[in-house]
Amino acid sequence: MTSSFKEFASDSLQPKEFSFTAENLREAKIVLKRYPKDYPEGALMPLLTLAQKQSKGWLPKKAIEYIASFLKVSEIKVLEIATFYSMYNLSPVGKNHIEVCTTTPCMLRGSDDILKVCEKFLNINSGSVSKDKRFSLTEVECLGACVNAPVIKIDQDYFEDLDSKSTLNLLDCLAENKTVKKGSQIMRRGTEPVRRK
Amino acid sequence: MPKIEIDGKTIQVDSGINILQACELIGIEIPRFCYHEKLSIAGNCRMCLVEMEGSNKPVASCAMPVADGMKIKTKSEFVKKARNGVMEFLLINHPLDCPVCDQGGECDLQDQAMAYGNGISRYFEKKRAVKDKYIGPLIKTHMTRCIHCTRCVRFGEEIGGIEQLGATGRGEDTEITTFLEKSICSELSGNVIDLCPVGALTSKPYSYIARPWELKKIDSIDVMDAVGSNIRVDTKADKIMRILPRINESINEEWISDKTRFAYDGLSSQRIDKPFVKNNGRFNELSYSELFLILKEKFSNVKKSKFFALIGNTVDCETIFSFKHFLMKNGLYNFDCRQDNSFFIPKDRSSYVFNSTISGIDETDLCLLIGCDPKVEAPILNARIRKRFLNYESQYPVGKIGLTSKLNYESIQISNDSSGIEMLLSNEHKFSSYLRKAKKPIFIIGQGALCNKNAEKIFYKARELYDSLNIEENWNGFNILQTFSGRTGALDLEFYSNENVNKNTDFLENIYNGSINLLYLFAADEIDFSKVPSTTFVIYQGHHGDAGANRADLIIPTTCFTEKQGIYINVEGRPQISAQIKSPISNVMHSWDFFLELSKYIGSKLDYKNLSELRELMFSKYPVVKNINKIKKNKLQKTKFVRTFNANEILKSNISNFYMTDVVSKNSKTMAECSKMFLAKS
Repeated sequence: MTSSFKEFASDSLQPKEFSFTAENLREAKIVLKRYPKDYPEGALMPLLTLAQKQSKGWLPKKAIEYIASFLKVSEIKVLEIATFYSMYNLSPVGKNHIEVCTTTPCMLRGSDDILKVCEKFLNINSGSVSKDKRFSLTEVECLGACVNAPVIKIDQDYFEDLDSKSTLNLLDCLAENKTVKKGSQIMRRGTEPVRRK
Repeated sequence: MPKIEIDGKTIQVDSGINILQACELIGIEIPRFCYHEKLSIAGNCRMCLVEMEGSNKPVASCAMPVADGMKIKTKSEFVKKARNGVMEFLLINHPLDCPVCDQGGECDLQDQAMAYGNGISRYFEKKRAVKDKYIGPLIKTHMTRCIHCTRCVRFGEEIGGIEQLGATGRGEDTEITTFLEKSICSELSGNVIDLCPVGALTSKPYSYIARPWELKKIDSIDVMDAVGSNIRVDTKADKIMRILPRINESINEEWISDKTRFAYDGLSSQRIDKPFVKNNGRFNELSYSELFLILKEKFSNVKKSKFFALIGNTVDCETIFSFKHFLMKNGLYNFDCRQDNSFFIPKDRSSYVFNSTISGIDETDLCLLIGCDPKVEAPILNARIRKRFLNYESQYPVGKIGLTSKLNYESIQISNDSSGIEMLLSNEHKFSSYLRKAKKPIFIIGQGALCNKNAEKIFYKARELYDSLNIEENWNGFNILQTFSGRTGALDLEFYSNENVNKNTDFLENIYNGSINLLYLFAADEIDFSKVPSTTFVIYQGHHGDAGANRADLIIPTTCFTEKQGIYINVEGRPQISAQIKSPISNVMHSWDFFLELSKYIGSKLDYKNLSELRELMFSKYPVVKNINKIKKNKLQKTKFVRTFNANEILKSNISNFYMTDVVSKNSKTMAECSKMFLAKS
């Protein structure tokens, strides 16, 4: 897998400062309470998620430094986590951030085709942002919904049981700002067995 | 104690050790990359796989603790195949650049690939390439070679207190880096070069200079600070190529500071190789006979009270003793070794050595720093304190009186000035509660507390505090931290005039106010030369040109510490012998030979004829120097009571720049680069 959105954005895109908004700060303090007092670094991942949400889907350098000083851990420790997990992005993503799972089960069920459809439709390669900044595309490791493979994740929502046609339909709807159906695209409830006709 | 069987041999081992250590006990070598005795276990290289009965899979011997009845095979076909497989995986992405790699010839991966590898690669795919990182002026990186053993990262966290290195990304994308490629800012950073099992982290000053098999390896002692770290000096054609640590568990374990490792390049610049005399502000060369003529004239004309001799901070015992012997034979008793006029009690060894010993730190339950910045003054000793801090069952209390740099362990600032001692005595500070509970505390009194007008009071007040504690019998934790390698030796050899010390004369003031006509400096560069009046005739004998030689009227060359064998007494009072690394440069005499020649010329007679006689003489007068590598335990002497204590002295370490503390490190380009890089920031 080529890593994408895992290198820091160029300096011109980096904001000068970062700190939690009052609302997020309140949230962060609630999060901190869930972890042992002596090990505040436990809260590293939820706080990174919070920071990423605040800065529109990606983590600027300043956010990493801010969280390091917030939890009193070294900056490199925060960076280690932020680069290890695929859900953190270090450079700006599109309004719809599409993550295509290409791990073995999804790959066996045709995720390669889905990735190709996405690339063709958006006219971008995996790991980049479309010109109008509305879409970004990346491959990720297992999204943990193998039963309903192949799967893609767009922002916080999962789209399952895809094929080329349903993916294209999904992208069309997103491009035209229409509402989309989340979850399984073949009318499956949860992870129930698919009824064969 | 569990009984285990390794390759058919049954042995009984301590519980808690791992299979790898058990194998080592009976002399079976297990290949490894990530495992290191001094670091925590990571278990990520998988090279140390062994076969264990009852397990279908091979087990990583470094991460598997021994258990009773275990049956281990280390030489079976199964193990061979497993290691072969691991080696093949490790080599998939490792470049085949051994011919241009500095690690070549001493590379764990190279050696183990020879022993356990296939010899032929089955891969035609492209290898991964990783961008090199800039992590400072000392460490050269070649990250494509990295096999992600994470030894450097663990060293930083566990020993060096450098929380700057880390592994980013995952799987194939893992890279070792610092945040935003900042330089590693630590006094111990060079050790990651030794730890790196491949050529990913190598020494910048040593890059493309030599191959390990060309080097002559000489065991010696470091003189850059008072710790006396054990080192190995690698030379080629009489030139020092690099300096590496040697294991000595009671002093430096396996580490050395960056100054020890990298300051050697200062040895080759500004070397004094001939006698010079200053005429009308210009230095003119002299022959030795002309030099002796001038010296004879100067010595015969000077009044004994108008003469003063100072010896430098990094001088060996033989030189100190021969200089003292020469001076006394000529009736000159005005001399001292303390260019900073630091406080000590004559003939009381416990007042100027590190009484608890360095390895003694491992037993302590409290540390109080008084006017001392161990991180800068003795980084190796500081690493011991940090080790104690991390290993201590509960919170290890460290108190600070005086200003320090940012220490790499938690500490409680009691006060910036000496008033803290009084506060602790009268239980006004919360740190007192820790003190009262301590059974084996150490006090570390730095030269920062002992080089000022109130030093005596501070010393005795600290003693009063120490004596007021409830301390275990036979424990002496009242330590003085010397900062220079030659100082303990000079004090042991009594290179000071008793009269000056007893009367507490400020001899430096005498030098500055012109009451000295003839000033003889032996490698002493640390006094304020702008204050030495121009009428004073200054003789400078030394090996490298710096402040002292610059001011001198007469310059006498001498051999430097790499050109002779010499005894140095470290901060604990442990005499160690530093080795002769190279032959002296032509026309430069050893100090003891020079004094012998000179006394012949001026008509005095010395009691030795050569080095061995000089040593005999020294040992008979000062037997403490004789016990090489041994420490004599010191008992604290009676103390004085301080009535009025002016506790307003701001205490600050006497070393402001770790990278430049003596003539050699001041002349070193590497050290200059480091001070430019790291001191501007802080």
